[in-house]
Amino acid sequence: MSTATAPKFDERVASGNLFTRFFTKPESGAATAAIVLAIMFAVVSPQFTQPESIATILYGASTVGIMAVGVSLLMIGGEVDLSAGVGVISSALSASLFMYWFGGNVWVGAIIGLVFSLLVGLINGWLLTKTKLSSFIITLATFFMLTGLNLGVTRLITGGVAAPSIANWPGFESAAAVFASDIPVFGVKVKITVFYWILLVIIATWILKRTRAGNWIFASGGAPDAARAVGVPVVRTKILLYMGVGFCAWLLGMHQLFAFKTVQSGEGIGNEFLYIIAAVVGGCLMTGGYGSAIGGAIGALIYGMALKGVVYAEWNPDWLKFFLGAMLLGATVLNFTLQRRAARGGKK
Amino acid sequence: MKRWSRAGFAGVAATGALLLAACGSPAGAGGGAAGGDDAAPKTEELKVALITHAAPGDTFWDTIRAGAENAADLNNINLLYTSDPDGARQAQLVQQAVDQDVDGIVVTLAKADAMSGEVEKAIAAGIPVFSINAGEEEYKDLGILAHFGQNEFIAGQAAAEQLNDAGLKKAICVIQEQGHVGLEARCEGLADKFEGTSEVLYVQGTDMTNVSSTITSKLQTNKDIDAVLTLGAPFAMTAVDAISDAGSSAKLATTDLNPDVYAAIKDGTMLFGIDQQPFMQGYESVEAVRLFTDGGYVLGGGQAVLTGPAVVNADNAESVAAQFK
Repeated sequence: MSTATAPKFDERVASGNLFTRFFTKPESGAATAAIVLAIMFAVVSPQFTQPESIATILYGASTVGIMAVGVSLLMIGGEVDLSAGVGVISSALSASLFMYWFGGNVWVGAIIGLVFSLLVGLINGWLLTKTKLSSFIITLATFFMLTGLNLGVTRLITGGVAAPSIANWPGFESAAAVFASDIPVFGVKVKITVFYWILLVIIATWILKRTRAGNWIFASGGAPDAARAVGVPVVRTKILLYMGVGFCAWLLGMHQLFAFKTVQSGEGIGNEFLYIIAAVVGGCLMTGGYGSAIGGAIGALIYGMALKGVVYAEWNPDWLKFFLGAMLLGATVLNFTLQRRAARGGKK
Repeated sequence: MKRWSRAGFAGVAATGALLLAACGSPAGAGGGAAGGDDAAPKTEELKVALITHAAPGDTFWDTIRAGAENAADLNNINLLYTSDPDGARQAQLVQQAVDQDVDGIVVTLAKADAMSGEVEKAIAAGIPVFSINAGEEEYKDLGILAHFGQNEFIAGQAAAEQLNDAGLKKAICVIQEQGHVGLEARCEGLADKFEGTSEVLYVQGTDMTNVSSTITSKLQTNKDIDAVLTLGAPFAMTAVDAISDAGSSAKLATTDLNPDVYAAIKDGTMLFGIDQQPFMQGYESVEAVRLFTDGGYVLGGGQAVLTGPAVVNADNAESVAAQFK
């Protein structure tokens, strides 16, 4: 590695105690990996550190990160949601198709979209707790059903495969300002989703660290039977977690709807894995009971940097997926290596 | 100190992989040294971004890319190729090209609405933008200079005329991606001009076994189908076997060609192919950036430049042999 032109980050001089205290947090390893990745791309591509590029990277990260907040909490609660990717598109479609069919203000459509997304979350959670099946099976089923609904209902209502443009409906301007505007920061336009993402991360972190509900989430994921025995409302917690994912899906769905004015019914498939990857890279365990919202956010940032960095570095895109996989693997291995090392020094 | 060895290893492995891949692009891919081997180029090098909605590893898009690379070599252009099937992410790639301060952008507008905002921003930033393949309806409204592609409806009509000439009466039009507007338009064009009856059959293009079994079962249940039109070269090759599995004598034709399809047309296994000449889409659009930059030249006279349909059948197969080597 040659010397970086980017600002040098001061690496903390880790005494055993500090090291242990820092790296027993779920997101610390991911943060280290993110810094390593940022420095690497800054060295390889000067374009990477330009303000406009950073805004683009953050936007790309936020479209994964918003969902990763909900998914991280859900995974800490011990479940996964494979319907999250198409759920985003379903939310946007339900809003725009409702408007197309019934007319009226776009805000009414937005509320319909929210109700729909929360309902999907409710159904996911309710089915999970009622059937006692694994969430993998339940949400795989809802994933397929939503995929079919997206296409089928769109075809039924519009005769086509994309929702009609909503640019001329009353209230569009205000909704677009809320969901899809650019906020100038030091002269650089940053998409509003970046700020929603940060806000959601703060709220989720507060819930996890400062509220009773946060303890319930950890308990439900870590040891559901024990939690139930001591009076934690596991069923309600899990249903609410799925509804939380639904809320995030709605927010992102609205952004897509008002940024692009129309929605293609076949999109969103496969994105659910990006959200899970972001959460896992950020230190959430697949088995539940451990992780953090900030970790998921850093995981999304790593994904965003990797995806955009390959383009800025002008590398051959044939290798993009390989890079992505290698970086995710590297980040995750680094993360858990540091954690295990720290855990030996302290106790978790 | 062994403390950091394992963590260090992960970092080294990742970095090593990156370096390997960064150096691993074969000569001729990824642009770079352009200019040709004759006299030194009189013009300064341009940086052009080609941004498609291709899924990685698609042969059709590889041909477009080959055409673009070819034009880039001849015109002293450094070509940056990127693609993402997801409309929102493809739009972000346009944003990135603007960030990189390219001299020209070539985009596909399969998801025109998702792309429109970023494309307009690029144009506002003074970057000449051309569209290829998809976006004939939308390119003008966005302020794009010219469009190079095939009119899908006309392509369907061209297929219908060929089927009429062969005296066929009942056709199925196999769509490999449900919800793809362009493919639907081809089948509409077929239905419009075809003298017999035609119906659409949806298959799952991401799963060839599904394509094969769906076509087979359709032919088994409808013995009177005498024509199968697929809408992509790989699906045509799958359909060859599917038709024989069904014990059907239906004639097969396709839109979009590859060397296998070309060989099948030559040996009579397939009736004809409707080509949109993807090589030309890549080539012409990249060259268009050079022409516009140097002299403000724009091709098309305000109309889309059609690169197809070009019919390839037993009569003219020899003349296009070089394309399918």
